[in-house]
Amino acid sequence: MSMIEIEQVSKWYGQFAVLTDCTTHVNKGEVVVVCGPSGSGKSTLIRCVNGLEPIQQGTILVNGMTLTDPKTNLSKLRSHVGMVFQNFELFPHLSVFDNLTIGQIKVLGRSKDEAAARGLKMLERVGLKAQAEKYPGALSGGQQQRVAIARALAMDPICMLFDEPTSALDPEMVTEVLDVMVELATEGMTMMCVTHEMGFARKVADRVIFMDHGRIVEDAAKDDFFGTPRSERAQLFLSKILHH
Amino acid sequence: MSYSWNWGVFLSPTPSGSGTYLGWLLQGLEWTLLLSLGAWVIAFVLGSLLGVLRTVPNRWLAGLAAGYVEAFRNVPLLVQLFSWYFVLPELLPRGLGDAIKQSDPLIQQFIAALLCLGCFTAARVCEQVRAGLQSLPRGQKNAALAIGLTLPQAYRYVLLPLAMRIVLPPLTSEFLNVFKNSAVASTIGLIELSRQGQQLVDYTAQPYEAFIAVTLLYVLINVCVMFGMRWVERRARLPGHREGQ
Amino acid sequence: MYEFDWTSIPGALPILGSGMLMTLRLTLVAMVVGILWGTLLALARLSGNRMLGWLAAGYVNLFRAVPLVMVILWFYLIVPTLLKDWAGLGAGTDIRMASALVAFALFESAYYSEIIRAGVRSVPRGQVNAAQALGMAYTQTMRLVVLPQAFRNMLPLLLTQAIILFQDTSLVYVIGLADFFGAAYKVGDRDGRLVELLLFSGAVYFVLCFGASLLVRRLQKRIAV
Repeated sequence: MSMIEIEQVSKWYGQFAVLTDCTTHVNKGEVVVVCGPSGSGKSTLIRCVNGLEPIQQGTILVNGMTLTDPKTNLSKLRSHVGMVFQNFELFPHLSVFDNLTIGQIKVLGRSKDEAAARGLKMLERVGLKAQAEKYPGALSGGQQQRVAIARALAMDPICMLFDEPTSALDPEMVTEVLDVMVELATEGMTMMCVTHEMGFARKVADRVIFMDHGRIVEDAAKDDFFGTPRSERAQLFLSKILHH
Repeated sequence: MSYSWNWGVFLSPTPSGSGTYLGWLLQGLEWTLLLSLGAWVIAFVLGSLLGVLRTVPNRWLAGLAAGYVEAFRNVPLLVQLFSWYFVLPELLPRGLGDAIKQSDPLIQQFIAALLCLGCFTAARVCEQVRAGLQSLPRGQKNAALAIGLTLPQAYRYVLLPLAMRIVLPPLTSEFLNVFKNSAVASTIGLIELSRQGQQLVDYTAQPYEAFIAVTLLYVLINVCVMFGMRWVERRARLPGHREGQ
Repeated sequence: MYEFDWTSIPGALPILGSGMLMTLRLTLVAMVVGILWGTLLALARLSGNRMLGWLAAGYVNLFRAVPLVMVILWFYLIVPTLLKDWAGLGAGTDIRMASALVAFALFESAYYSEIIRAGVRSVPRGQVNAAQALGMAYTQTMRLVVLPQAFRNMLPLLLTQAIILFQDTSLVYVIGLADFFGAAYKVGDRDGRLVELLLFSGAVYFVLCFGASLLVRRLQKRIAV
């Protein structure tokens, strides 16, 4: 069963096409990695999946709900879809603890105790329980990103979207974040990840999507993609990524 | 210069017999504080609301707020005050207008000045709040929406608390402006601080003492507000963020 | 409902026109003197000389703490005495315009100096170093390198302040001068048509200030490129 269905999606700003006729899907329990050169539209595509960017054409379904239908309650849908950003986007005026509970309390309507218990559990899971009372500004980038993952998990998401979660990190902090993501993937979380971390893709991805100039150029099972990419552009991209 | 200084003038009794000239000044100070603080409450609430409207993805609401700002920013404060005081009661339905005109003049003056200063300052607060909201990284709004907050919730819990911290220094100077601008209310006869200063000049023939006292009181208000706002700024500073960040 | 009667306005246009001339004169003089004196104040604060900086800061902070209405009244009180003592003017001379000009110029210079100070500080430190490396003295560095760049950066702010000043000149009402607003008020009071005259003057101010602010915005865009 498909968790995310993207059908013939196009998006443009004025004359400039950002996405052209993109079609793909993510099945329940599947991990799909989206890669491609910068400006290829991959981040835009993933932001469209929870309606942060409007689309001009096509349809997107998440868990059977049509995103483009004006009757769909977008906030409710987003509360079930976890999202992790390139720049973490923790709320700097709230403590780590409050970052983890605000959505649970204000969106899901959980009690404070319930939210606290769930939040701390997720914080423990990413190994940062001791930092609960700190403010985001006092944490390292890697720690902030792990808190951001915990914040998304605390909402009990049915799937997770990752928008280049490691590309703003110093190299020595990339591993701690990837470890958390690998663990999530092996537990069966449905994940759509925009990332250049091909090691991560090799380890846990089921499928790899390659994008260029706003189009999905390649959408293949992991082994096929790394074995014999069909398009020249994907080959070129892979050789650049792997040799640096 | 042959001016005879007499600082004792403040303790001499007023022509009405009750109290001293110092009492007049303090009464003026009271009205100035009451008027300015009241107007600031209106300005802060209305201005924040308008500032939010200017940034929402709705052309009509954003345009409405922009129109408000232009209207209140491009007409002199004095003209606005006279319009609230002299024009508005005429344009209201006759019964209501007459009721206003028959009420206590002090109340009329105070209400007109309060609404005038509040609405005037709201336009300026609006622009500051808008600038603060627009300076936030776009990702914060996305992150707030992504955890399922509605747009109003995102403003209430994430965007406004952040923007307010950023624009605290310019808001402080707007807050100071309210006290200074409140002196304009003397032109419609409200007995606030500067009006009382002018009264003292008329009654005592000691203009320098009167004006120096009034000026010092305004400076005092200024100093108090600045210390107060510095305290607020320290309280609102985000832990783990260096100053100026 | 109120019945409007605009008929007293056409006949009053000459009075209103001369009022507008006075408003413009006040604005222009206060702006020119304010910018010159404000530049000196800003340079004094940036000079590094403690005594000078302290004096200039005291001046600026004092004027910025006091309502404009008070400043106008202060100078209305002081200027006649000074003129009588120094220039030997008779008691009959109308010194309201002179005192208003002095008040606005000195008051505005405090605000202009803050704008100019920020503008000077916005010029990168490297520019000063480069000028000094060419052997320029402090005054040359300021006059030839820093101030031209600073004024370009702050031109929109200086003009916006001039629009505010243009509106603020209406406060000469408190010393009974017939600037544009004062003239409108007098005509309205005389003809019993205060509502119409107030609305008319508000509309005129709005058109002029809004138009000017649009021009400033356009200029700002051009400078930004």
